[in-house]
Amino acid sequence: MTSLPENRGPKRLGLVIDLDTCVGCHACATNCKEWNTSGHSAPLTDVNAYQAEQRGVWFNRVHTFEVGDQEGGRTVHFPKNCMHCEFPDCVTVCPTGASYKRAEDGIVLVDHDKCIGCKLCSWACPYGAREFDEVEGVMKKCTLCIDKIYNKNLAEADRVPACVATCPSKARHFGDFNDPNSNVSRLTAERGGMELLPELGYQPTSRYLPPRPGKRPQGDAAALPKAANGTAGRFLRWVDQMLSR
Amino acid sequence: MHPAYSVIFFTTASGAGYGLLALLGIFAASGLLPADRWLGVVGVGLAMTLIAGGLLSSVGHLGRPERFLGAMRQWRSSWLAREGVLAILTFIPAGLFGIGWVFLNSTQGFFGWMGALAAVLAGITVWCTSMIYASLKPIQQWHNVFVTPSYLVLGLMTGALLLVLVTRAFGVYQGAFGWLAVLAVVAGWAVKTAYWRHIDGTRPRSTLGTATGLGRLGTVRLLEMPHTEENFLMKEMGFRIARDHATKLRRVAGLALFAVPFVLALAAALGGPVVGTLAAAGAVLSAGLGVVVERWLFFAEARHTSMLYYGMAA
Repeated sequence: MTSLPENRGPKRLGLVIDLDTCVGCHACATNCKEWNTSGHSAPLTDVNAYQAEQRGVWFNRVHTFEVGDQEGGRTVHFPKNCMHCEFPDCVTVCPTGASYKRAEDGIVLVDHDKCIGCKLCSWACPYGAREFDEVEGVMKKCTLCIDKIYNKNLAEADRVPACVATCPSKARHFGDFNDPNSNVSRLTAERGGMELLPELGYQPTSRYLPPRPGKRPQGDAAALPKAANGTAGRFLRWVDQMLSR
Repeated sequence: MHPAYSVIFFTTASGAGYGLLALLGIFAASGLLPADRWLGVVGVGLAMTLIAGGLLSSVGHLGRPERFLGAMRQWRSSWLAREGVLAILTFIPAGLFGIGWVFLNSTQGFFGWMGALAAVLAGITVWCTSMIYASLKPIQQWHNVFVTPSYLVLGLMTGALLLVLVTRAFGVYQGAFGWLAVLAVVAGWAVKTAYWRHIDGTRPRSTLGTATGLGRLGTVRLLEMPHTEENFLMKEMGFRIARDHATKLRRVAGLALFAVPFVLALAAALGGPVVGTLAAAGAVLSAGLGVVVERWLFFAEARHTSMLYYGMAA
């Protein structure tokens, strides 16, 4: 059924991504590929893997942006994967029923045995989260590691998506947005978690935490504190003057 | 958006086929066309060949073409599924209409009703095709009110030009066919001009600022791509046409799809049998080339919001 579930279950699972602490190391993208190439969507194929024009299926991609100008400017690393939207057009446009949104937790999935590879879902996703597997001829996408987060064979602490588990700067958080006391709900409330492309009305579940205000002083470089050589004595001041000529 | 030739051929050929089928259905049922066997073979046969050829071409566009029957399941939510269902449904009255005309020399009564029903379903099918594009919010050049009229009018127009050619060739031409073609060309010209004016005047709804949420901190620029090579998304959505090329191609489309067919359709309507047939043939050739250029531009000028993340304008 590609109509959206009429009655949504108790959970709304998603990610919070902290743009303040992400260092752009691509570990999330790498570990995502590692886990998912043998999981629910296996294999995540590559074309020309060891030569020019290589391309392949990656559920997670890290972009890097520059924001602002001059002293106020900053670099922001920006990992992006499926937002598991509340109103995912990628699901409703699917002609076959291969794309669906789970009622119980809101995860958006693809049934690869039904997909005909028409690619319309990738056109309907404004975030570019859909990934076409050109070797298998079907569409694939982030599953929020459905085969990991509910996996009873793993220790409870390990039942988080691969991207979250691996992040060395703890910039990725996983949880239930319907639970007001969950880590993701609290982080979103405390840090002003942002929705991407809110004007399109997809109501993405995952949120991005904005970078905190920079600690560098704004404005003229002359206002920066000088090296403290006021107490250095006459001789050193003379050396400083000589060297400054 | 990447202009895939399979989809361009599908929408233009099927559009013309449905246009011709609808006009044959209406004019045969209303008695303006004789129930002549060879006219039926060529007319309905041409319409069905264009429709079926287009549909086959669209199946070739799929990653798993052998599963194409599954594409009709989700008609409740998907315009693509609705189009598939309507395309199959249209074959039923269209087939019966064709059988009546070709084998029983009858286009009246039951077969007349089948012709009229095929005309209605053909129109709904083209409407569904247009809605596949018009319903996509991430593509502003498609998500607007001019797309559906464009598809409907261009289908009718190319079908009307084919009708004039076929009826001229068989000597069963009526003035109404010719003037309908002239009117359809004028309508197509107007709708397409309005469409181009609309997409030129529309400001992008989304920016890299809203796409990243970082717009409130200042201007956002792409510093580094996620990777050095092009991925599927960039190949599929990242197609860009230079503005001056688009302007030239719009001129080519305007000339081949509207200006030349307008003059030739007038000549076909006003001229004698020989001049009329030649003019109609010229109009069909010109419009056929023009509609392919127009459809290619429809894809090439469309921009997808996901490309904002790759540093391109939406």
